[in-house]
Amino acid sequence: MLYPDTVEAEILVHKPWFVATMFGAVFAIFLAFNLTSTSFGELMRPVIGEPSQSGLYGRFAIAFVIALLFVLNVVLIGFASLRVQIAIVWFELLLLFLAFFATFHLSLPFIWEKLPFLISQGVVTTLYVSAISIVIASLIAILGAVAKLSTNGFAYAIASFYTSFFRGLPLLMQVYLIYLGLPQLGFVVGAVPAGILALSLCYGAYMTEIFRSGIQSIDRGQWEASRSMGFGFSLTMRRIILPQALPVIIPPTGNQFISMLKDSSLVSVIGVWELMFLARTLGQKTFQHMEMLISASAIYWMLSICLELIQSRIERHYARSKVR
Amino acid sequence: MSAEAIIEAKAVSKWYGQFHALKDINLTVHKGERIVICGPSGSGKSTLIRCFNRLEAHQEGDITVNGIELHPKMKNVADVRSNVGMVFQHFNLFPHMTVLMNCMAGPMWVKGVSAAEARKTALRFLERVRIPEQANKFPVQLSGGQQQRVAIARSLCMQPAVMLFDEPTSALDPEMVSEVLDTMTGLARDGMTMVCVTHEMGFARAVADRMIFMDAGQIVEEGKPDSFFGNPQHARTKLFLSQILKH
Ligand SMILES: Nc1ncnc2c1ncn2[C@@H]1O[C@H](COP(=O)(O)OP(=O)(O)OP(=O)(O)O)[C@@H](O)[C@H]1O
Ligand SMILES: [Mg+2]
Repeated sequence: MLYPDTVEAEILVHKPWFVATMFGAVFAIFLAFNLTSTSFGELMRPVIGEPSQSGLYGRFAIAFVIALLFVLNVVLIGFASLRVQIAIVWFELLLLFLAFFATFHLSLPFIWEKLPFLISQGVVTTLYVSAISIVIASLIAILGAVAKLSTNGFAYAIASFYTSFFRGLPLLMQVYLIYLGLPQLGFVVGAVPAGILALSLCYGAYMTEIFRSGIQSIDRGQWEASRSMGFGFSLTMRRIILPQALPVIIPPTGNQFISMLKDSSLVSVIGVWELMFLARTLGQKTFQHMEMLISASAIYWMLSICLELIQSRIERHYARSKVR
Repeated sequence: MSAEAIIEAKAVSKWYGQFHALKDINLTVHKGERIVICGPSGSGKSTLIRCFNRLEAHQEGDITVNGIELHPKMKNVADVRSNVGMVFQHFNLFPHMTVLMNCMAGPMWVKGVSAAEARKTALRFLERVRIPEQANKFPVQLSGGQQQRVAIARSLCMQPAVMLFDEPTSALDPEMVSEVLDTMTGLARDGMTMVCVTHEMGFARAVADRMIFMDAGQIVEEGKPDSFFGNPQHARTKLFLSQILKH
């Protein structure tokens, strides 16, 4: 939340000039497209007669009705409380998306048939690959951040080389390097461990930078107070600095987790049957690509929403000491 | 003075790069003694007392605290620090912990005291700085004066042999200054060994056993408060006192 003022602002969507502008804009946009031949035209048949022959009047009437409904909707939502507003707007946007996907004429039975396998094989693989990678990446990040802030030349050099290398190379290349390169050195790694290793190293590098900047954002006075009480380095880090850095670290880390969830699809190139891989292959035989891809996307989205919820819970937990 | 020396600085010099921040400092703080250090901004007062718990390193001379000599390779710096309480200008409380936890952390994590014991000590010292009712609040919920008193209690919980104060009241509003000074006066009366950097001359007159005036990294003058305020010897001391006591 931004800093909330105690004086209530006038509600923007109830100001006449705003309502008028909104109406004008929506009206103009829909007037620009000829919607008489779409399902909007069909819906308006009682008013405008045969849509294809209604001409300019039909276009005008459709745009007018859409603009009116839109403005009415916004103005009414303006009366609701914050929570209700959020819920309604989410619901309406979702409805619009569903309407959009309905135009693909997807075969629902096909989706129902394949969904269990998509989840039991794909989602489970995606989830455990990302979950393990996230944990390892976080551990690497803490070590990397401390190394990058240390005055030890070896530690700094290794950590900075590592972050530079793994942030600089495409993730796909890293996956290949580990899966195909390590066997050259005599270590044969399975596809899943190789994928996990690649994801951990890559995201560990990004998160090293996040952790480093989080640690650096803490005031020097905290270090001094902690040291002046006799706390050693690791105690200061664990009990004083990291807990305060977490609120700074968590939002970008949440971003990384969500992005890793989807990047885990890259490990399919080495034959891991994760969600995206299955979505592409299951639809191939019957040319029902869109069904599977859209289902996979929906699943990714739902998983991301779960992560977002977890993130906001954690953020709220750490916000305690900030409110007066 | 015959009491044992808690802090002993001999011919201490310190540089920040090329800048000579402390020049040949000799100072002994005896048990039970109250010392007030004053001087113009940038004269090295903070630097000096931060050398006493080795938040800063000195390059020449010797500093001995509680019989332990401070040097770059020392292994027992935590022993020194847990025996030397420090109160900062900006409080530096741990904002993610409650007031009570701020006071319990030191004894529990450094001295290995049990939680119950630490809690008892913490409450006793919070009582002493007269804010036991704030124990379960977070530092941001307290006024500046209350925060500084918590910071004092936090240091006291470690049962230090000496307390260092670095301008503890200069970040406070005027009406909160006195509540902190009262707390410090109370400490002085109970016999705590104290080294205070402060410009509160009323406080200095009331509690100091010895006044020290620093300028440009040197101790220019030291003496009993009476003679220090009544009859300063050095021109720079006179100038400084006339400026600070003008208002
Ligand atoms: N980390 C540092 N690096 C370089 N110079 C420093 C550093 N810390 C302090 N100094 C310099 O050392 C001198 C003494 O600083 P110090 O903070 O001890 O002054 P002070 O007497 O406490 O002043 P004030 O009353 O403003 O707190 C100042 O000139 C300052 O610029
Ligand atoms: Mg200072």
